[in-house]
Amino acid sequence: MEEYGGGDLLSEAMGSAARVVVVEDCVEAPGAFVLHLLLKRALAGGGAAAFLALAQPFTHYDRILRKMGCNLSLHRRNERLHFFELQAFPAAGGARDGAIADCFVRLYSEIQRVVEATRTGENAGQFTITIDDVSLLEVAAHGSVDNVLDFLYYCVTLTSEMNCSLVILIHEDIYAVEENMGLLLHLRHIADLVVKAAPLSTGLAADVHGQLSVVNKGTFSEQRAKAQKVWSFHFKVKENGTDFFYPGSRH
Amino acid sequence: MAAARGQTLGRSSFSRTTSNPAASSSGAAGVKLGPNGAAFVSSGIPDLDRILGGGFLLGSVVMIMEDSDAPHHLLLLRCFMAQGVMHKQPLLFAGPLKEPRLFLGTLPAPVSSSKEDGRHRVMGAGVSSDGRGSDEGLRIAWQYKKYFGDEKASSAEHKDNKQEFSNDFDLRKPLERHLLNGQNIECVSTQDADNLRDLQDHCSTFLSKLPGKDGGSLTAGRIAIQSLCAPQCGYFEKDWDMIQFIRLLKVMVRSSNSVAVITFPSAVLSNSFCRRWQHLADTLLSIKAIPDEDKDLAKLLTGYQDMVGFLHVHKVAQTNSQVPVILEASTLSLKLRKRRSLMLERLNQAPVDGSSGPSSAASGSCSSSQGSQLDF
Repeated sequence: MEEYGGGDLLSEAMGSAARVVVVEDCVEAPGAFVLHLLLKRALAGGGAAAFLALAQPFTHYDRILRKMGCNLSLHRRNERLHFFELQAFPAAGGARDGAIADCFVRLYSEIQRVVEATRTGENAGQFTITIDDVSLLEVAAHGSVDNVLDFLYYCVTLTSEMNCSLVILIHEDIYAVEENMGLLLHLRHIADLVVKAAPLSTGLAADVHGQLSVVNKGTFSEQRAKAQKVWSFHFKVKENGTDFFYPGSRH
Repeated sequence: MAAARGQTLGRSSFSRTTSNPAASSSGAAGVKLGPNGAAFVSSGIPDLDRILGGGFLLGSVVMIMEDSDAPHHLLLLRCFMAQGVMHKQPLLFAGPLKEPRLFLGTLPAPVSSSKEDGRHRVMGAGVSSDGRGSDEGLRIAWQYKKYFGDEKASSAEHKDNKQEFSNDFDLRKPLERHLLNGQNIECVSTQDADNLRDLQDHCSTFLSKLPGKDGGSLTAGRIAIQSLCAPQCGYFEKDWDMIQFIRLLKVMVRSSNSVAVITFPSAVLSNSFCRRWQHLADTLLSIKAIPDEDKDLAKLLTGYQDMVGFLHVHKVAQTNSQVPVILEASTLSLKLRKRRSLMLERLNQAPVDGSSGPSSAASGSCSSSQGSQLDF
């Protein structure tokens, strides 16, 4: 990943071997820009991606990524990007418990199918599955955490079997209260890397949009054992990308 | 004081550089085009439109967190609905009331334009007529931001657009009946509904009647939902149903030419659900009332007498862009000018002795303020 990332702080902090990346954000500091960046890198590296969009329609991502220099429509036509429009997921009639589980099973097998198809194809590069976002998956499941977790664990198995990586966005502040921390704790457990966006404690600023901390769980690579575990730096989101910098190091 | 009020009329120091008022005219009444392929409708409060960079974004869901003690959110909701009626835009209202149609009777009427002009003139003249006119040149500029850019605010062409796009509403005068009768206005009661199925069907038929986004004419629809999660609703405590409803509403609104404004009493939701609601909002505002006689606040802030509350802007809708909107100030004071029309202003700290008007303090008020810091 590094050679395509232009060597910025985020790619340096993330390394290249993370299988499961969990992006946490909150109302004050949305973290969707990290997903955009990772999606762009995944596609730029000659790899393929599946994007599970629950939050926004395709046009939204298309226009954003286009400004960043990545043509999603083109990738979609070339079957490098498999875009799942899940804004209305599950389709009508999924109110009963069993029906929801079926919907998830169908969704998973669809993903599995595209991953396998890509693997057997001529470009067997890295495959990235991105979920935007898990909190909405939980809403779609009508609050059934078990169904969501089952689905996520199945996706995690793909990462080891199929040379995939998984990027998951979760709104961390929803799970701040102890009794419903379950999903967040599970995600943190399966993550190799946690990227957390937080607002500045000093409040609004036009030049700094927030703080990003990257926690490297470090279990996935021997050489990186000595590498830095926790990174934190500031970010500023721009139309064509994002600036990352250490506090106070800018101008 | 009156002179000072006149100076601040309909203006704040915030202006987005990206919004281009010159390119803002469009075919349909009440719809303004902005950058990034965005289209706006007015919130009914000209100040709020400007703060949000043009108004409420078409295709977005605006959520307003209510104050638990005071019904100030209704002011915003009424202005939003009345503005739609003025533009003859289709309107769907849902509220936890027995007779939601009665709510339409409380919508405010616009300040008539002749009167508006008259008031402008009075204000121009008032400077000299109230005997302090000669102080004009000597005004102490401790709030000098207020006096900036009056001319810059492109009075002529901007105003022509503005007259069409948004009206000033007189909250004391009800909207004339005949405007409400011939309109495409639907009302739904959520009071005894056991589930949200009904409301959802209403919304989807309402939206399907609108011309689509790619249709030639831009007729914008407005959905106003009052107190979606109020305890008197039959579906109260069906948290997942409610959030699913918002999620589906968001999808429907997104693919149509409409704006949905939802107010909700955030205090009755659990913490985590409140967060979920906030995440689903495209534009998120919250309203806080201020107590009637808070002596400390009265000392701290100028214009406290007309203040009815604070408006906090948490999120501003952005389509097709990942850059967040950073406002110059996110907490604004909500004022009733002459007890009639709503305006929003940045908070201004009063000078040390709490004298209310900048021009009334000819001497003595230029001593530095005593480090009274408001923490917002």
